[in-house]
Amino acid sequence: MFENLSAKLDAAIRRISGEARLTEENISEALREVRRALLDADVNFQVTRKFVDDVQKKALGRNVVASVTPGQMIVKIIYDELVELMGNNLAEIKMAPAGPTIIMMCGLQGSGKTTHSAKLASYFKGKGRQPFLVAADTYRPAAIDQLKTLGEQIGVPVFNLEGETPVTIAERSVVEAKRLGKDVIIIDTAGRLTIDEAMMEEVAKIKDRTRPNEILFVVDAMIGQDAVTTAKAFNDRLNFDGVILTKLDGDTRGGAALSIRSVVEKPIKFIGVGEKMEALELFYPDRMASRILGMGDVVSLVEKAQQQYDEAEARKLEEKFRKNQFTLEDFYQQLQQIKKMGSIRDLLGMLPGMDKAMKGVEVDDKAMGRLEAMITSMTKEERDKPEIINASRRKRIASGSGTTIQDVNRLLKQFDEMRKMMRQLSGGGMGRMAGMAAKGLMGRKR
Amino acid sequence: MGLFDKLKNKVKEAIEETKTSIRETVDNLRYDRLKEGLAKTREGLAEKIGVAARQGRKIDDALLDELEESLIMADVGADTTIQISDRLRDRVKAEGFKEASDLSRLLREEISALLKRSPSADNDRLFNIPEEKRPHVIMVVGVNGVGKTTTIGKLAYNYRNAGLKVLIGAADTFRAAANEQLEVWAERAGVEIIGQGQGADPAAVAFDTLQAAVSRGADVVIIDTAGRLHTKSNLMQELQKMSRVMKKIREHAPDEVFLVLDATTGQNAIQQAKEFTRAVEVTGLVLTKLDGTAKGGVVIAIANELSMPVRYIGVGERIDDLQPFNVDEFAEALFAFEETEEVKEG
Ligand SMILES: Nc1nc2c(ncn2[C@@H]2O[C@H](COP(=O)(O)OP(=O)(O)OP(=O)(O)O)[C@@H](O)[C@H]2O)c(=O)[nH]1
Ligand SMILES: Nc1nc2c(ncn2[C@@H]2O[C@H](COP(=O)(O)OP(=O)(O)O)[C@@H](O)[C@H]2O)c(=O)[nH]1
Ligand SMILES: [Mg+2]
Ligand SMILES: [Mg+2]
Repeated sequence: MFENLSAKLDAAIRRISGEARLTEENISEALREVRRALLDADVNFQVTRKFVDDVQKKALGRNVVASVTPGQMIVKIIYDELVELMGNNLAEIKMAPAGPTIIMMCGLQGSGKTTHSAKLASYFKGKGRQPFLVAADTYRPAAIDQLKTLGEQIGVPVFNLEGETPVTIAERSVVEAKRLGKDVIIIDTAGRLTIDEAMMEEVAKIKDRTRPNEILFVVDAMIGQDAVTTAKAFNDRLNFDGVILTKLDGDTRGGAALSIRSVVEKPIKFIGVGEKMEALELFYPDRMASRILGMGDVVSLVEKAQQQYDEAEARKLEEKFRKNQFTLEDFYQQLQQIKKMGSIRDLLGMLPGMDKAMKGVEVDDKAMGRLEAMITSMTKEERDKPEIINASRRKRIASGSGTTIQDVNRLLKQFDEMRKMMRQLSGGGMGRMAGMAAKGLMGRKR
Repeated sequence: MGLFDKLKNKVKEAIEETKTSIRETVDNLRYDRLKEGLAKTREGLAEKIGVAARQGRKIDDALLDELEESLIMADVGADTTIQISDRLRDRVKAEGFKEASDLSRLLREEISALLKRSPSADNDRLFNIPEEKRPHVIMVVGVNGVGKTTTIGKLAYNYRNAGLKVLIGAADTFRAAANEQLEVWAERAGVEIIGQGQGADPAAVAFDTLQAAVSRGADVVIIDTAGRLHTKSNLMQELQKMSRVMKKIREHAPDEVFLVLDATTGQNAIQQAKEFTRAVEVTGLVLTKLDGTAKGGVVIAIANELSMPVRYIGVGERIDDLQPFNVDEFAEALFAFEETEEVKEG
């Protein structure tokens, strides 16, 4: 997974080869590389230094297992440490024990507060709640229109008061929400700089007057070294409860996740992965760790992909398609292949001829999980002969996999279509197409 | 939606080609406001260097390390930082510098030299547009939320103050209430705006705007675009298309493409600069939000690695908070040492 970094580390350690133990001497060069990787990922300088020191302490004296290289070993230690630091558990939003839950957003200009206010509203609506959006940014031109437009899109009412201050708007929104029987109030605030004393005072006042159950600090994942200063300043003022890391749909390594976590010790609760309302996901520390370490550059992924889709297998698959023998079992194998190769998104566009077509298609790892769950809930017989999956079997599969019957129906229908298309397409590269088709089932566009 | 639906859509998108257009710009903006925004950073720097100098510190490895630290903390990035500090070490050795006060000057010289190698230096002719080149078309691009629309409002205001007729094209047709936001800015700047509704083809808006500019005799056209991450190739192609359709009206359009970068952005800005440049011909950078605590040092890395000129900096949310970039001032403001004290303790 981290061939890039571990290769570098190996090169650094090789100079002092022959040792079976990690010592201060033989890993110092390697740790320099680690430091470098973290800095390149925008992890804060001081956080990096402390982190590397900690890793060094943990690594010293460890025996290098025969089956791995020292580089891989260090990467593993670092990876585990990163995951641990960023929190192992999923952090949920704290709901009010009684009455409406109040959520307040805060952050710098342009970080994604308004968009994520609406995404959260949509998320809660999907959970059967009655969200209520509050437009408390009276500064930015058309900020209220922006929230109103988004509110309309997702069918959530937006509260605002012409000519009032943000503090008054927020305060009155709570009264109004209670009157309307709303149970989640989401207050969008204006972006502000931490050195803007008046504006920081204002947001603190909104907090005082509305007593939010949850204050979320919204931060752009592309943020650099300043992440620490900013997060700290907002936290000192508001003692926020969690973080939303936005714009992770790009290629930033997102070192801010680590910086913020270690400086303010507040969990990252959600990540934003696109401009659309549904592009909100839970935060997974392990994925973030891989990302910060710069897992898999494209070249090595390509090599890996080529290795794994070796010709023989591709031909076997083609044969199956032609004879219409491609089963869900084969499909499942394909999914496993994809998983083995690491992040799906990184793999998009790598396979010959597919790169253009697939560019801009985002992949939903969650959907992948669902597919897997459904297929593993099937019996061997069902996987080999999807035709036999009748209504009662569908029901069983759905409940076994924690999905809905509609999900199972969709899977079977798409699988069927895929089979048909695959048969029609002639020529080489079919095994690869199957892999790509599997990804297609999980992809979605902006 | 399955793979094949998606492929179909892709093809449709690729086929649906349109027309569009733009442009303008010129003259006159005072340097006096330049200092205001960066005052804080500069004071911090002066203070810190003053401290080192007053303590009579000599140039040694520890001091050089501190310097490296402050460059990295300013988002200059490891590569460029190492390059700069290697140069410094060489010069210290070769030219025999000893005092801490020398070091700060050396650093400033090195950074200025680096930035000057990129053509950022001739910024004083920004608002001069030759008659025959009108309308001068500026397209403004960048990732989401960096400050494109705000910058356009400020630019329009500056050009208008320079006595030029400005027309803005509202080609961000994606973001909620993008038009409304731009309308507010156009009104503040006292210029006209051309737009269609949300969801319209941005290339069509660009085309309309340029066409209108030609018939109304506008001098400068500024095209706003939707924020887009540089990794989304379909959206990058959309920019190419916008630029292409404008050429149908004016071959030289767009005359300028400004890439807007947020000063708080870290090393990803290099990726942004690379990818946007690959899609469209970026002629200059605008660095926004320098009024905050961010240093924006990543532009040094970009100037170093990609040799791209920085044109303007944004130092606030007001309409007059845009300044032509000044290499020396920036170099000076950049190495704010405020945090170094903390670093030593921590
Ligand atoms: N690609 C991507 N774009 C995002 C994401 N979240 C927000 N954006 C975009 O980023 C820009 C700024 O988002 P806003 O929600 O307006 O940010 P804000 O924090 O409310 O900004 P201010 O109100 O100006 O302080 C918009 O163009 C959004 O569409 C994300 O997760 N991914
Ligand atoms: N403090 C500060 N805020 C800015 C600056 N430029 C833009 N902004 C703010 O950043 C946010 C995003 O700006 P906008 O122009 O909408 O960005 P766009 O999405 O790139 O068009 C808005 O809240 C602006 O007020 C600047 O120079 N300083
Ligand atoms: Mg907002
Ligand atoms: Mg905009």
